[in-house]
Formats: sequence, C-alpha cells, structure tokens
Amino acid sequence: MMKKHLNGFFIHLFLIIMSFLSLFPFMWLISTALKGMDENIFQYPPVFIPRDFTLKNFINVWHQIPFLLYFLNSFIVAGFTVILNLIFSSLAAYPLARMEFKGKRILFSLVLSTIMIPFQAIMLPVYLIVLKLHLVDSYGIAPGYLGLILPFAVNAFGIFLMRQAFLTIPKEMEEAAFIDGCSVFNIWRKILLPMTAPTLAVLAIFTFIGSWGEFLWPSIVLTKKTLYTLPVGVNDLQGLFSANWRYIAAGSVISVIPIIIFFVSLQKYFVSGSNEGAVKG
Amino acid sequence: MHLLLLTYIIYINMNNFYKKYIPYLFLLPAMIFLAVFFFIPFFQTIILSFFDYSADIYNPVFAGFNNYKHIFTSEEFYQTLFNTFLFLILVVPFLSIFPLIVAVFINQKIKGINIYKVLIYLPVVVSIVVVAIAFKWLFAQQGMVNFIFSLAGYSPVGWLTDTKFAMISVAAVTIYKGIGYYMMIYLSALIGVPKDLYEAADCDGANALSKHIYVTVPHLMPIIALVVTISSISALKVFTEIYVMTKGGPLNSTKTMVYYIYERAFENLDLSLASAASVVLLLIILIFSVINITFFENKRYKL
Repeated sequence: MMKKHLNGFFIHLFLIIMSFLSLFPFMWLISTALKGMDENIFQYPPVFIPRDFTLKNFINVWHQIPFLLYFLNSFIVAGFTVILNLIFSSLAAYPLARMEFKGKRILFSLVLSTIMIPFQAIMLPVYLIVLKLHLVDSYGIAPGYLGLILPFAVNAFGIFLMRQAFLTIPKEMEEAAFIDGCSVFNIWRKILLPMTAPTLAVLAIFTFIGSWGEFLWPSIVLTKKTLYTLPVGVNDLQGLFSANWRYIAAGSVISVIPIIIFFVSLQKYFVSGSNEGAVKG
Repeated sequence: MHLLLLTYIIYINMNNFYKKYIPYLFLLPAMIFLAVFFFIPFFQTIILSFFDYSADIYNPVFAGFNNYKHIFTSEEFYQTLFNTFLFLILVVPFLSIFPLIVAVFINQKIKGINIYKVLIYLPVVVSIVVVAIAFKWLFAQQGMVNFIFSLAGYSPVGWLTDTKFAMISVAAVTIYKGIGYYMMIYLSALIGVPKDLYEAADCDGANALSKHIYVTVPHLMPIIALVVTISSISALKVFTEIYVMTKGGPLNSTKTMVYYIYERAFENLDLSLASAASVVLLLIILIFSVINITFFENKRYKL
C-alpha cells in the first residue's frame, strides 16, 4: 500500500515537472510582457512576478499592430484550407476505398508518392507556378488568399485518412441506399460523410492547426502587410521593436490566445488518442 | 430466391455503373491539385537544376551537371549538409526516447491525467514562430538559461551567437515542440500492449523499470522505429526555428539544407543552385521515406 502511494507520488511529481517545463517559456513571456519601464527585465536573478506591474505593453502593441486583421487573415486561410481538404480528400478517398476501376493502382501510388515529396524541396517551382497563375497579393486580395490556400488544398494524408474511414463502413449500407435509387454522389454525401464525421473532425482540426501555424510559405508569397497571417505578423515584431522584449513578448502572447482557446475547447480530439491516423511526417 | 436474384442484378448494375467514369470524377479535383502543386513542381525542380539562370533569368542556358558541380565544390554547401545531419543527430534520439518515457508516465490511471496531457501537448499546437521567439528570449545573453547555468557556477555563453552553441539552442526548440506530438503517438500504441504481459511480469516480481524494458520496449519497437524515421524526415526539413532565431548564423553554423535553398531561391534569386540543392534534399528525404514506407507503414498504405 505504501509503495503504491509512493509510486503515485513520483508519477505526479514527474508529470508536474513536465507540465511546468512545457508552460515555462510562455509564462516567462507573459511575465516579461507585464513588466513596466521602471523594471529591468535583464536583472539577475530574474524576477518572475513583475514589481512594476503594467498592462501598457499589451495596450501599446495592440494599437501598433493590426492583430485583428492578422487573426482574420489566418482564419480565412486556415478555414478555406480545411474546407477544401475535407471536400477533396473525401471525394478522392471514395473510389479508392470502394470502387474497382482501371488505373486504380497507379492513381493510388501517385497519391502515395506525394508523401515523399517534401514541400520545402519544391517550393521554388510552386512559387513560380503561383506567380504564373497570378495568385499573389500584388494582383489583389482574393488572389493573395488563393495563393496561400490552394497549394495546401489537397494532402495525401487526408486522402488516406478518409479512405481508411470509408473502409470501416459496412458495404450493405451503400447497397441498401442503391436499391432505394440513391445516386453514387448521394451515397457519398448522405451516407459516407455523416458516418465518418468523427474522422472528418479530426482531419479538420489537424489541418487547421497546421495551416494556422504555417510560416515558410506565407513568408515567401506575401508582400503586403494587409494579408499577413499571424505567424508572419509575429515574426515581424522582432524587426519592428528590435530589442524591446516587453513589446515582442506582449505581441507573441496576444497572438497565441486564439489557438489556445481553440485547443482547450477541442482538447478531447487532441488527447483522446483518436488522432493516431493523423500522424504526419 | 427472388431476393437473391434481385441483389445479384443490383450488384451487376452497380459494378457496371461504377466501372465507367464515376471513379475518375471523384478523383479528378484532388488529382488536379496534386498535379499542379506536387508533380509539376517536382519535375520542374529537376529540370531547373540542369539550367543556368545566372546570366539571364529569362533565358536559361542548359548547364548539364554544372550546378551540381558547383554546390559539391562549395564549402558552404558541405557545411550545410553537415549542419543538417548534426541537427538530425541532436534531435532524433531525444525525440524517439524521451516522449516514450513521458507516455509511460501518462498512461496511468491517476487523477488529473487529462490536465497533464493537455499541458504537455500545448507546445505542439502553438505556432513554431512564437515558440522560437520565446526560446530566443530564454537564450538571450542575460536570459533565463544563462541564469540557471550561473547557479551551477557556469559563466554566461552566447547561446545564439556562439558557433559552438547555436545549433544546440535551435535543436532545443524542435525538441521542446516535438515531445507532446510523439508522446501522443506512443500513447496510442501503449494502449495496444497486452495487459496480461504486465501481470505476468508482476508475478515474476519485476519492478516497474524492468517491466518497461522487457515488455513495453520490445512491443513498441515498430512504433519507435516509425518515430525515428518520421522525426528524421521532419528534422531534415527544419527551417522556421532557424529563420526566427539565428538566420543561419553565426558564421553559417546553423544553416541547414532548407535554409540554404530558401536563401538561394528567394534572397539571392539563384534558381539554379537552389534547384540543385533541392534535388539533393529530395534524394535524401526519399531514402528515409522509402525506409519508412517499406518497413513501417506498408500495411497502412496497401490498397
């Protein structure tokens, strides 16, 4: 009995330390952001609870940086990326899971092969193609958004995930619907999609997180600040406020609030273990 | 009998119906996007790498293997290759082992386990840009990390400005952000380890540590191998941490493959060298992907 309690104690201790380490970089940012001008943020030993407590850094940064605009841009880009991924992945997955047709094997291998092509190695031609299609912000707001969204509209992982989900649905369901005169498209829309809703949710959430945090591509294609997404805007803080760590910290903290709300409210999808199919390389 | 016949007719009809053009219509949108944003750029990368754009960007000249000769005789590129694999070696062992330990601790029936899971997973969902900024602040000359080391009697070092330490600092960010992610992979695999094996070990009087060494680890070997390959592949693609924290410096000591490609392509507008380096990166990642797919994920991807 004693041993069991001791074990429980060590498990809690280990996990508390891990959780603390996990939060520490953010807590230190918050602490720095709350320190006023009368307090030396470089002092030794570092002080965690601000002595000259102030919200001024947050207010000033909020007034200087259009966070709402960056937030809106990120939301539009991530939102449409998710919608397109859900539609295209589940459409493509249906015949791969359920139908027999010529070239199935080849098409499936083609989809598979894109997993081995890292975006970072082909981004230059992708950029040239996007330029040629006039999908950059110098052609307007809508083309700017499309340039951010379309290269990530389809992902082989999404197709696999949906195919896997379709395979688990009993074939009798579709046959019954077919007898009732349901078209193939309606079988997909009215039977398969509702039945795979949990998988669609997982795909949506992980695509959203990925798109929300994407930095490399937006930093390549964006030239206008009006289309900056949050990561690009946050990186920009470093240049704008050069060594003013109070402001950089305040801006970084503001920028993570939306995704933390999103994560905490949907936490069961992240930590239930249901995401094992969503493993990405 | 009637019903059987009816089902048969419907079955035939259905198959005829399917056989025609409908499958292709379902696949078409995805295939168009994959073609435009994966296959065409893939071949274009290879083609670009054989042309010289340096004289006139609009009139490239065929250059044979000159671009490859150029990068493989440049010291900077070798340094880049070296840095990429150094980063991989710093990151992969840690990310393959430590998250497993965390997962074993998390995989217990104790109170408040969900809160721990959420907190440890949190860095995974936060943008890498913010995480990198937070660490840049921790690693500052008069920052938190130097303070902690000073408690142990070490004098402060330039974590991001000293060539000896810069890569370690960048790797710390990648490790920090990856722990929760790989922990969840291990956790979903741990659920599949048969409970009676642990009970048998208990009967034999095994302690917690040897139980995990002799039961958990052998059972999870395929998953550990999977984590090794996927964390290797993502280590080879590292970019944002470096861009935010060091911009490849000091003295190229954190310049990795993707950073080199980015710099050549989008800062120096040297399409030729960027493409040749991209092809090298493609080949390296291809090797890792082939290992991954043939050994670990072949079941998942079977038709």
